[in-house]
Amino acid sequence: MSNASHRFAPIQRLLHWLMAACIIAMLFIGVGMVSSVAPTYLPLILIHKTLGVTLLALVVIRLALRLHYGAPPLPADLPPAIKLGAQLSHLALYGFMIVMPLLGLGMLWAAAYPVVLYGRIHIPALLPQSDRVHTLLWNAHLYLGFAFFALVLLHLAAALFHALIRRDGVFGAIALFPLRNRTTPAE
Amino acid sequence: MNLPGKLSRSGFGSLVMIALVLGGGAAAFAYTAGWLSPGRLTPERMIAALTPPSGAPLGHRRNHAKGICFTGIFEANGNGVELSQAKVFERGTYPALGRFNLGTADPNAVDATIRVRGLGLQIAAADGEEWRMAMINPPFFAVSTPQAFHDLLIASGKKEPEAMKSFIQANPEFAAFAAWAKTAPWTASYAEEPYHGLNSFIFTDARGGEHAVRWSLLPAARIFPVSQAELKTHGPDFLEHEITERVRTAGPQRWTMVTTVADPGDPTADPSKAWPENRRTVQVGTLIVQRIEPEQDGPCRDINFDPTVLPRGIRVSDDPFPAARSSVYRKSYDLRAAEASDYPRTVAAKP
Repeated sequence: MSNASHRFAPIQRLLHWLMAACIIAMLFIGVGMVSSVAPTYLPLILIHKTLGVTLLALVVIRLALRLHYGAPPLPADLPPAIKLGAQLSHLALYGFMIVMPLLGLGMLWAAAYPVVLYGRIHIPALLPQSDRVHTLLWNAHLYLGFAFFALVLLHLAAALFHALIRRDGVFGAIALFPLRNRTTPAE
Repeated sequence: MNLPGKLSRSGFGSLVMIALVLGGGAAAFAYTAGWLSPGRLTPERMIAALTPPSGAPLGHRRNHAKGICFTGIFEANGNGVELSQAKVFERGTYPALGRFNLGTADPNAVDATIRVRGLGLQIAAADGEEWRMAMINPPFFAVSTPQAFHDLLIASGKKEPEAMKSFIQANPEFAAFAAWAKTAPWTASYAEEPYHGLNSFIFTDARGGEHAVRWSLLPAARIFPVSQAELKTHGPDFLEHEITERVRTAGPQRWTMVTTVADPGDPTADPSKAWPENRRTVQVGTLIVQRIEPEQDGPCRDINFDPTVLPRGIRVSDDPFPAARSSVYRKSYDLRAAEASDYPRTVAAKP
C-alpha cells in the first residue's frame, strides 16, 4: 500500500501537534488561573487570551487544509460503531476548537473588559455589556472547557489504543515523524 | 480486528500504560485547578472570607458593595508625559466614569458605620485604551499581602478577641492602619475625601525610562472634620444624598491627581508601607465629577474597576495586590452578573 495516502499531509500533522500542545496548555492555564490570586494570574490570563485568539486563527487554517487535503481512511476492519465514534469525536474536537475562543472573547466583551493581547493588540468589542450574556457565555466557556478536556483525554486514549494495541496505522497517519514499521499488515 | 480476546502480555502492559496516562492527565488537571489543595488562596476563598454571616450581597459587589455612580472628565495637564507615555497624560480631557463607595460587603450599610470610603474610576483615552482603578481614603493599606488580607477578614469575623490579637501579632503592620482608623478625621462628604491608589505601578515614559509610582486623588473641596458620633445623627444614606445635592447645587467636584515617584529602594511590593513624605510628586491632572447617578441603573454598575486594566505606559510592579484584586474582582463580577435578577434595574436594560 502507498504510505503517502495513509498519512495526513505534513502541514496537517505539524499543525495537529502544535495545536495539541497549545490546547492542552490552554486547558491547564485556564483552570489554573481562575483558581489563583498569585501574581502569575496576570501573565497566565494574558497568555490564555493571546493563545486563544491564535488558536482560533489556526483552526480556520486547519479546517481549510482538511477540506483541501482530506483525511486518510480509517482501517477497513474498524467496527462501524467505533468509526462513527471516531468521526463524531473529531467533529466535536473541531467544534470545541472553534467555539471555545469565541465564547472566551464574547464573555469578556459582555463584561465590558477591554480585550488586550500580548503586544498590546486590542480586539474591539463586538458585544455590548450584558449581565445575562456574560453569564451564559462564561458558564458555557467553563463547562465546555471541562468537556473539551475530557474529550482530549478520550482522544489521547484512542490514539494510544491505536498506536500500542491495534497497531493499525491510525496513529502513524498523524504522527509527526514516520514510525518504525510497527503497523501490522492489513490482513 | 486483532482485539480483544487474546490480549498479549505487551497488550496488557499497553492498557496499563494508557490508564496511567489518562489518570495522570486527570490528576494533573485536578491539581492545577486547586481541587487537591484546599489550602490554596483562591478567589472563592477570598470571597467567602468577605461574605458576612448574614449572607452574600446577591447581585452586588462582594466588597465595597454600597456605592453611587458618577460621570465626568479627567483633565490632563500634560505633566504626566515625562513619567508615562499613556495617552491619558497628554494634555486634554478624557471621559471619566466612576463610583463612590463604602468598604463594606453590606449594600445596605449605615454610612456612618463604615470607616473606609472608596472611589472606583475608569478613564478612557482617545486611542481606545482604558485605565481603571479602585482607590480608598486611608493613606496606606491595612496589610502587606493578599494572604494577610484574607487572614484579617477571617480574624475580624470571629467573636473571640484572641483572634484579632493573634492576627496583629502575626501581622504587626496592621497597627498603623488601626491607628489611622481610630484617629483620622471623618468627613460628611465623599467630596471631602482623598482617595489613594496605594498599590505601586510602573510608568514607562516615551524614551523607555521606568518609574515606580503610586497615585492619589486629593480633594479640592474644603475639608470639615466631624466626629463619627455626629455622623450617626445623619440618615443611613447621607453620603449618597450629600454628594448628589452637592454636585447638583454647587456644581462639579474636583480632585487633583498626584503621582508620587519612588526613590530607589522604596518598598513597592508592600502597600502597607507609605513612602517618605519628601518623595517627588507630579500633579498630572484633575478629576472633575459632573453628574451623580444611583448605582441601580447607573453606568458604573456594569464596570469592574479592575486595577490591572491599564493603558500602554502603565504596568503592574512587584506589588502582589493588583493581581490578587483582579482575580477576586473578576470572580465578584461573575457572581453579581449571574445574580443580576436579585438586584433588578428599575428601567429596561440597554439592548
